[in-house]
Amino acid sequence: MNKIVDKEYFSENVVKFEVEAPLIAKSRKAGHFVIIRVGEKGERIPLTIAASDLTKGTITIVIQAVGASSRKICDLNVGDYITDVVGPLGQATHIEKYGTVICAGGGVGIAPMLPIIEAMKRAGNKVISVLAARTKDLVILEKQVAEYSDEVIVMTDDGTYGHKGLITNGIEMVINREQVDLCVTIGPAIMMKFVSLLTQKYNIPTIASLNTIMVDGTGMCGACRVTVGGKTKFVCVDGPEFNAHEVDFDEMLMRLRAYN
Amino acid sequence: MTEQEYIQARRSEAWREELRKNMKAKERGDRPRVHMPELDAEYRSHTLKEEVNLGLSAEQAVYEAARCLDCANPTCMEGCPVNIQIPSFIKNIERGNFLEAAKVLKETSALPAVCGRVCPQEKQCEAKCIYIQKMKKEPVAIGYLERFAADYERESGQIAIPELAQPNGIKIAVVGSGPAGLSFSGDMAKLGYDITVFEALHEIGGVLKYGIPEFRLPNEIVDVEINVLRQMGVKFINNCIVGKTITYEDLHEEGFKGIFVASGAGLPNFMNIPGENLIGVMSSNEFLTRVNLMDASNPESDTPVQKGKKVAIVGAGNTAMDAVRTAKRLGAERAMIVYRRSEEEMPARIEEVKHAKEEGIEFHTLHNPVRYEGDENGRVQRMLLQKMELGEPDASGRRKPVPIEGATEWFDVDEVIVSVGVSPNPLIPSTFKGLQISKWGTIIVNQDTMQSDLADVYAGGDIVRGGATVILAMGDGRKAAAAMDKALKG
Ligand SMILES: Cc1cc2nc3c(=O)[nH]c(=O)nc-3n(C[C@H](O)[C@H](O)[C@H](O)COP(=O)(O)OP(=O)(O)OC[C@H]3O[C@@H](n4cnc5c(N)ncnc54)[C@H](O)[C@@H]3O)c2cc1C
Ligand SMILES: Cc1cc2nc3c(=O)[nH]c(=O)nc-3n(C[C@H](O)[C@H](O)[C@H](O)COP(=O)(O)OP(=O)(O)OC[C@H]3O[C@@H](n4cnc5c(N)ncnc54)[C@H](O)[C@@H]3O)c2cc1C
Ligand code: SF4
Ligand code: SF4
Ligand code: FES
Repeated sequence: MNKIVDKEYFSENVVKFEVEAPLIAKSRKAGHFVIIRVGEKGERIPLTIAASDLTKGTITIVIQAVGASSRKICDLNVGDYITDVVGPLGQATHIEKYGTVICAGGGVGIAPMLPIIEAMKRAGNKVISVLAARTKDLVILEKQVAEYSDEVIVMTDDGTYGHKGLITNGIEMVINREQVDLCVTIGPAIMMKFVSLLTQKYNIPTIASLNTIMVDGTGMCGACRVTVGGKTKFVCVDGPEFNAHEVDFDEMLMRLRAYN
Repeated sequence: MTEQEYIQARRSEAWREELRKNMKAKERGDRPRVHMPELDAEYRSHTLKEEVNLGLSAEQAVYEAARCLDCANPTCMEGCPVNIQIPSFIKNIERGNFLEAAKVLKETSALPAVCGRVCPQEKQCEAKCIYIQKMKKEPVAIGYLERFAADYERESGQIAIPELAQPNGIKIAVVGSGPAGLSFSGDMAKLGYDITVFEALHEIGGVLKYGIPEFRLPNEIVDVEINVLRQMGVKFINNCIVGKTITYEDLHEEGFKGIFVASGAGLPNFMNIPGENLIGVMSSNEFLTRVNLMDASNPESDTPVQKGKKVAIVGAGNTAMDAVRTAKRLGAERAMIVYRRSEEEMPARIEEVKHAKEEGIEFHTLHNPVRYEGDENGRVQRMLLQKMELGEPDASGRRKPVPIEGATEWFDVDEVIVSVGVSPNPLIPSTFKGLQISKWGTIIVNQDTMQSDLADVYAGGDIVRGGATVILAMGDGRKAAAAMDKALKG
């Protein structure tokens, strides 16, 4: 049982929670995720750790309501308890000094990107963050992202904020203007697929953080499997980050529809 | 006293001498083996949680117990990995002292109600019974009797909490709450240690909870055993992954003086054939975890599970039988076992195969999948099977299946459950620096003490053996407890 100590709406369907989890707060690194479950009949849902506070012993998660289980979590309030929180899971992001790094986050993917942006900056990289969302209200965490970025480029599908266009337009703008050494992308699978296709064209090494369907999150079931470089990998233990150019995004997109 | 002398001493107790004289050996030997009452096959193939085996009545148990000849040299015991005093508990049943029988079981086994249900008796204790060895008759139903005594004790509400030594204040950590971890904890708690069990999942019990279905092993039975451990002072911490949430170093910092690793064989194997990542193709671990741990077939549960109509299970071990029978219970019209060898080589317990057949499970032996094909949405639609024949014996001593050239067949399926074995959970091997790991990923330990290359780390169960059995895992736990106690007391 983990207590919710803070809740904030980033938009109508995107909520930030701060949750008591002292052991996880201590051991987590950028790129790690947790699995949480609400209620005895609840589903186990993977969520990235967006931040942690060692003195308070809390972790921050940002969650978008997309279906029944994520909605159930979003409906919780300060003082409520989350039945189970387990983690940190997955491999941490490999952080080093690459040079110039584009961090391309789409929608709720901006939240898990935040700790990576911070770590990349601390490692001495020039960080250019490209944030994308359908519309102005869905651009989250811009201020926090700006704190650790050398530049923030915002893209909206409808042009209500920042530049009008897709995330790929924003990335291409940067590529055309300067040398880019690495691209990290987190967001909907379809978005990551197109980011990957773009950076492949320009030969820029790219890491994608995959959000497959999971059950246990500890390598026990194989629900999360994807094909990377022709081999089957388990996202929860081998990932969640992989060389985007080797990921079979079409297969991943197909598998995400397993229960629709 | 040697083991043999101890067995003899108990055998010479007056009541047992008396009991032996009560009935002629011939009369005992002429009795037919008892039949386990079970749910009707058609009925049970639609009910997920009701246990198939109903258990012996007291009369049946006493009658069966009298078959046991109380041998001077009870060979049955050689077949039991934890050395249960088999004639001793059976004779207590014969004389009607069922609680005493349960106590005898508890001397050496932490989970008799579990083992009585899931041990492969036909390969272990019962295989060594004099009836089958010398008399060419069906062995004494040791497993059924074990289950009877343990159930009787539980239902009587008079569960004996073992006597505990004075607490010695020494903290011991256990990684994993499956049978190896539970039996280790029980023995160490008895010796006065301060035990904390860390479990990665939200439920305690390991495979007993997330793997083996309730129609074979009700959760309630496992919970009763876990509660006994709780009453003995064992602490359970769920949602805590050793190596991730807390590290080896953290455990030291917190003052743990010994660690028993019982993290099991969690990693499912796939066959790496085309189409294996289609929707509807999954591991037996995924399928069983959804149904058993997450209760996914219950409409109130948030976790989904696919309920296929034409379901093929690849493999023929206990896990495969559990998966195929579960698929049937979830409403499959055709639930099929696809296995590359013949029925004789099937690793599953004989009783499960028998039950599966009664429930209408189809068996396609000497068939091996080579590819899957899906529809336009990526859902599996059919599988190509290669027909096999048996060739020369392979390394496992079983005849090797070889493909019959050109003999293939398509099967229509909408769900495929791959149950071709598991590999050891890699988490502890990869995060405890200094362990010696085999090429199969198991932790290498001293066979007599279960001690690893890290002096304070012991290991047992599937993480040491690969996929094995409940009773072997428990045996490892007991062995490790005895050795760790000795080492700590110097
Ligand atoms: C490692 C990892 C980290 C994640 N981090 C976050 C995070 O920080 N914040 C966040 O909001 N979400 C995150 N997700 C996604 C989140 O787990 C899913 O959105 C959630 O499980 C959906 O559950 P649901 O029952 O609400 O929706 P469902 O009813 O299961 O699905 C609703 C819709 O969402 C799609 N969907 C289902 N599962 C996923 C998934 N895993 N990813 C994307 N779409 C999915 C379905 O195809 C469907 O269209 C992460 C996923 C993974 C694997
Ligand atoms: C479906 C199925 C049916 C079976 N049927 C039979 C049968 O009929 N008879 C029989 O004898 N055997 C059977 N077996 C095999 C038997 O269940 C196993 O051999 C036995 O459970 C192994 O016990 P264990 O204690 O080593 O590990 P497990 O029971 O696997 O338990 C390991 C536990 O450790 C936890 N864990 C792993 N890593 C960590 C970590 N880092 N930190 C914290 N916790 C961790 C896991 O979550 C798990 O709960 C069956 C197995 C399956 C899957
Ligand atoms: S524990 Fe298993 S092997 Fe031992 S006597 Fe009981 S049923 Fe037989
Ligand atoms: S070998 Fe058979 S008959 Fe003899 S003691 Fe064991 S169970 Fe009884
Ligand atoms: S979620 Fe089960 S193996 Fe990855």
